[in-house]
Amino acid sequence: MASGTFTPVRKWLLLPTWVTIGFFLLLPILLVVVYSFLTKEFRGGVDWTFSLDAYDQFMFDRGLFGDEAPSIEWTYITIFFRSIVQALIATLFCLIIGFPTAYFIATRPASSRSIWVFLITVPYWVNLLIRTVSMKFLIRDNGPMNQGLMALGLIDTPIHLINTNIAVQLGLFYSYLPFMVLPIYASVERYNFALSEAAADLYASRWTILREVLIPSVKPGIIAGCILVFVPSLGAFLAPDLLGGAKTFMIGSLIEEQFKGTAGNWPFGAACAVILLTLVLMALTLYARAQSKERAQEQRAG
Amino acid sequence: MGQKHRFNVRHYTGFSFMTIVCLLILYLPLLVVLVYSFNDSLSITRWGGFSLRWYTELFTGVESAKFKQAAFNSLTIALSAGVVATLFATAAAIGMVRGGHFRGKTLSFGLISIPIMVPEIVTAVATLIFFTSIGIKLGYASILLAHIVFCIPFAYLPIAARLQGIESSFEEAAQDLYASRWQAFRYVLMPMMAPGILSGFLLAFIISLDDFIITNFIKGAGVETLPTAIFGAVKQGIKPNIMALSTLMLLFSIVIVTLSYLIGRSDSSKATH
Repeated sequence: MASGTFTPVRKWLLLPTWVTIGFFLLLPILLVVVYSFLTKEFRGGVDWTFSLDAYDQFMFDRGLFGDEAPSIEWTYITIFFRSIVQALIATLFCLIIGFPTAYFIATRPASSRSIWVFLITVPYWVNLLIRTVSMKFLIRDNGPMNQGLMALGLIDTPIHLINTNIAVQLGLFYSYLPFMVLPIYASVERYNFALSEAAADLYASRWTILREVLIPSVKPGIIAGCILVFVPSLGAFLAPDLLGGAKTFMIGSLIEEQFKGTAGNWPFGAACAVILLTLVLMALTLYARAQSKERAQEQRAG
Repeated sequence: MGQKHRFNVRHYTGFSFMTIVCLLILYLPLLVVLVYSFNDSLSITRWGGFSLRWYTELFTGVESAKFKQAAFNSLTIALSAGVVATLFATAAAIGMVRGGHFRGKTLSFGLISIPIMVPEIVTAVATLIFFTSIGIKLGYASILLAHIVFCIPFAYLPIAARLQGIESSFEEAAQDLYASRWQAFRYVLMPMMAPGILSGFLLAFIISLDDFIITNFIKGAGVETLPTAIFGAVKQGIKPNIMALSTLMLLFSIVIVTLSYLIGRSDSSKATH
């Protein structure tokens, strides 16, 4: 660490960033937690009295007038459960397509690798809304996909996808696929293929090498890719909103409805956001733990 | 290295096929929209020959004023948010990378990462609640403010990565030769950081231009950006003029990303020579 002379001054260069993010994002997030414990105001907004109504509404059904014996309210739990399952499936599919792609790119000659990476990156830079709308157009009942399949004689009647869980799944998978490829690519690129050679010398089969040598070595990249797909899928709004319908509702739409729609219940929306944030933080903690375990193992080995 | 095994350990059959599938999935929807935006037919799904009528419609039709205003808002917000976020991120990167060890360094990095880590919908809710509770009027200014916040980490990452690759001996040499701290930054460090700063700005610019979820929450009545205008229009069905607009935005993004790629490449080739 050189240039120690100016150290005390230089850290103040962070001040604008501290203030901006601290005041306009960290503080507001804490405010969301506070709001989730307030009483709802009927025209949107809140009444500043403490209440557990939001979490109660999430968990329990007390009948139309709130005077019945509480039973478990399944509506919102189902929406959260569906979101988690959809995000997990999207992660799995991204991994199935993304891993071979990342591997293939990383084993190209160094000169052409950056072109491949560029091709994977371009769609990420294209507006997510436009990409989702494009997907919707492609898979419509009378859209190009169905027309194409019918022209080829593969199907007789259009496949109905819009407003189904499959369409939402397709949208999530399509939205976040590049996020899976890039970190895995970075890991495979650093992988030492002498390890594979050594395993082959010892008569390991191709698949044994993949399973026992390569995948364990690039695991941090795989985990990073999975987190990068899972987290945004979980809170996704555009794919479920544009490609899905009432039966495919996910957390993102549920939250949006509390602030924009006629249902307008801010404390309940805030509570849903807090629960979503908790889920995300849990996923990130698991990730951090896996990474640090990996590092500890490396240090022991080295 | 001689090929002493029965097989090439790097090669897996089928992986190249999966790569083709991956690229097809990524590009097919975009290509389809691009092609159909030139469709000369009122029914958007039946091909009626090549035409530019939807582009003409976009620029001169009944909705053109709305889209022009939205484009103006989007571009000015993305430019201003990009510039401010890049300035803050450049300062922050110098503080983080060249500040040595100081108390709260890990915490600072955590703070910078918040906009990336937290789901967008939560950021949207938080910003809306905050602005309404301290009484900031929802509109152009509130959108700009929110965009600056979430653009900072996207500008920060390429700038910090670039700075990490520059040895501090350059600035030290300048200061040994009696350059002031500002001169050492302005004439030595900044030119070397320039490619990182530029790609940081381009990334922040695109991220701001792309944002729908947060903008949708805090735009207030009457102010639209391109994504919110498109979303509103698409809710009534995908019309051909929306496909023309989407194609233009698509091409714009591709131009920006290509630019950023070329900056990065020309620079890395210089560095290795």
